[in-house]
Amino acid sequence: MPETFYEVMRRQGITRRSFLKYCSLAAGALGLSPAFAPKIAHAMETKPRIPVLWLHGLECTCCSESFIRSAHPLAKDVILSMISLDYDDTIMAAAGDQAEAIIDETIEKYDGNFILAIEGNAPLNEDGMYCIIAGKPFVEQLVRVSQHAKAIISWGSCASWGCVQAARPNPTRATPTHKIPGIADKPIIKVPGCPPIAEVMTAVITYILTFEKLPSLDSQGRPKMFYSQRIHDKCYRRPHFDAGQFVEKFDDEGARKGYCLYKVGCKGPTTYNACSTVRWNGGLSFPIQAGHPCIGCSEDGFWDKGGFYDRLTDVHGFGIEANADEIGKTAAGIVAGAAAIHAGASVIKRIASKGDDA
Amino acid sequence: MVEEITARKEEAIFVYEWPVRVWHWVQVFAILALGITGYLIGSPLPSLSGEASDHFFFGTIRYIHFTAAWILIVGFVFRVYWAFVGNSHAREIFLPPVWRRRFWAGVWHEILWYAMIAKEPKKYTGHNPLAVLAMHVLYVWGTIFMIVTGLALYGEGEGMGSWQNEWFSSWVIPLFGQSQDVHTWHHIGMWVIVVFVIIHVYVAVREDIMSRQSIISSMISGWRMFKDDRPPDDEDLRLE
Ligand code: HEM
Ligand code: HEM
Ligand code: SF4
Ligand code: SF4
Repeated sequence: MPETFYEVMRRQGITRRSFLKYCSLAAGALGLSPAFAPKIAHAMETKPRIPVLWLHGLECTCCSESFIRSAHPLAKDVILSMISLDYDDTIMAAAGDQAEAIIDETIEKYDGNFILAIEGNAPLNEDGMYCIIAGKPFVEQLVRVSQHAKAIISWGSCASWGCVQAARPNPTRATPTHKIPGIADKPIIKVPGCPPIAEVMTAVITYILTFEKLPSLDSQGRPKMFYSQRIHDKCYRRPHFDAGQFVEKFDDEGARKGYCLYKVGCKGPTTYNACSTVRWNGGLSFPIQAGHPCIGCSEDGFWDKGGFYDRLTDVHGFGIEANADEIGKTAAGIVAGAAAIHAGASVIKRIASKGDDA
Repeated sequence: MVEEITARKEEAIFVYEWPVRVWHWVQVFAILALGITGYLIGSPLPSLSGEASDHFFFGTIRYIHFTAAWILIVGFVFRVYWAFVGNSHAREIFLPPVWRRRFWAGVWHEILWYAMIAKEPKKYTGHNPLAVLAMHVLYVWGTIFMIVTGLALYGEGEGMGSWQNEWFSSWVIPLFGQSQDVHTWHHIGMWVIVVFVIIHVYVAVREDIMSRQSIISSMISGWRMFKDDRPPDDEDLRLE
């Protein structure tokens, strides 16, 4: 029987007071009323830790980096002890055969009861040769472990959507979790972002632990509590948007005054994430607050939509790479030109046929 | 016989009932407003100075877009209803008789007429077959596309739980990939409609002058006047 979270935390020297503080914080992050804090505390005191196998495919490790920087000083300890992170090849001490043995052990001991967390994704071309873990293609490890897991968490935009390694023409055929052939038919929770916000990551795990169920997901598989609103819906620059006050260039008066970043390509209006509410680095700031437009890092395909600093995005295909207005103006121009020529020809024809009649 | 023909020459046929005419001109203005404001949503005008609290300029542009959008939607729903209860001409643009060879022969003839190969246009009480085809594909489906993608974008602003979001955003957005793609396609849809309107207005004016029936005045008065006395060519192409 694994220890409970509370036992682990006390062993780590965390006071009961700090523990309760964390529980209130977690309730807040999950959008629950303060009445839920005792419930969370109770769950942590009594429930065994959930084993987690954290696999890494093609990635930059920014999800791990974000996760271990969760803002509340305790959060990272709590979370790292909360889930018994049995396998995480980036941060665990074990290596080589020893490390791989942990996977088999977890599968054996907790078959159907552990969570599979995936950071990064699997390349499928050349039989998966572009990402080798312990001498075998990563995709094989992923598929095998998924068959024994209770649920799957796709951390970040890599596991959720593909991200930059899947950018056109995607030479390695990097493929997000839910599109891997043979992946087990288990619930997949997508927690996109490049990286996802630390508090969002920890809160998702806290929720699963406390309520012993998966958070409710939107139509694209993202937890509703963090991904049901756009950056734009809660952006503090929104009054400038409604007023029609935009930054035109990064060094203009508007930029100094903190105008809306829409015209320099802000993707806030099309991006579902919690940045404008939870913010980053312990609520300190977020990209728009620092004067940079949102690049839409938690959205599918954000890496392949033309310039990050353009309002209108590019369309690919049929040998064109242009935005909607460029395509439309060309088409309308051709049609209008053709109509003008046709009108001219019609006039000539009419004069000519009048001539015939006469 | 001669008498009969002269009698027929004076004849005008009532084609467009008043709801169709009113609807046509209302949606002309709605689409004009939607096109202009939509373009400005994609490429906003230069910034206003002063305090944000002094202005609601971009908000107003969006507000006009949404108001015109509701007029377009209500009008379109009404127009579909009228296709059921109105006269046979009210059904033309919704149900082109694509299963009839005569219809395609008419389309082909119309192409020859515009290519200035055919010497003489055919005579129609309703729209000519090529016009019906263009109105059906570009206008009817174009408008449905704009309404569906528009409501999906609108539902994002209304938020989860709103009917626009449940009925439209929830499936339209994943279908296109993500919200940004819906914006892009909604934007391209505008240009499809612009292309339709350019052609439509050009041929309306041209046919008014060159065809064998009245065109522009028909969409105002409802009556089709004929410039000669031979029988029309589309008697069998309409669905009663
Ligand atoms: C012929 C009809 C229409 C035209 C030509 C049109 C045109 C446009 C254009 C060009 C845009 C800018 C897209 C972009 O690049 O972001 C836009 C945005 C939008 N349109 Fe339309 N539209 C039409 C109908 C509708 C309808 C029926 C609705 C339904 C409510 C609608 C709702 C919206 C919304 C919500 C936006 C996004 C506004 C924003 O992001 O601030 N549109 N439209
Ligand atoms: C936004 C612009 C416009 C759109 C979307 C549009 C759309 C349509 C549609 C769908 C019809 C078919 C009506 C039906 O059978 O129910 C129609 C007919 C017609 N429209 Fe427009 N229209 C536009 C602008 C104009 C303008 C500016 C004119 C004036 C020159 C015009 C003149 C006509 C005429 C004369 C007809 C009847 C054609 C006939 O008799 O066969 N339209 N239009
Ligand atoms: S800065 Fe971006 S998210 Fe904020 S109001 Fe402007 S467009 Fe919306
Ligand atoms: S503001 Fe946009 S680009 Fe930046 S982290 Fe948030 S979702 Fe990603």
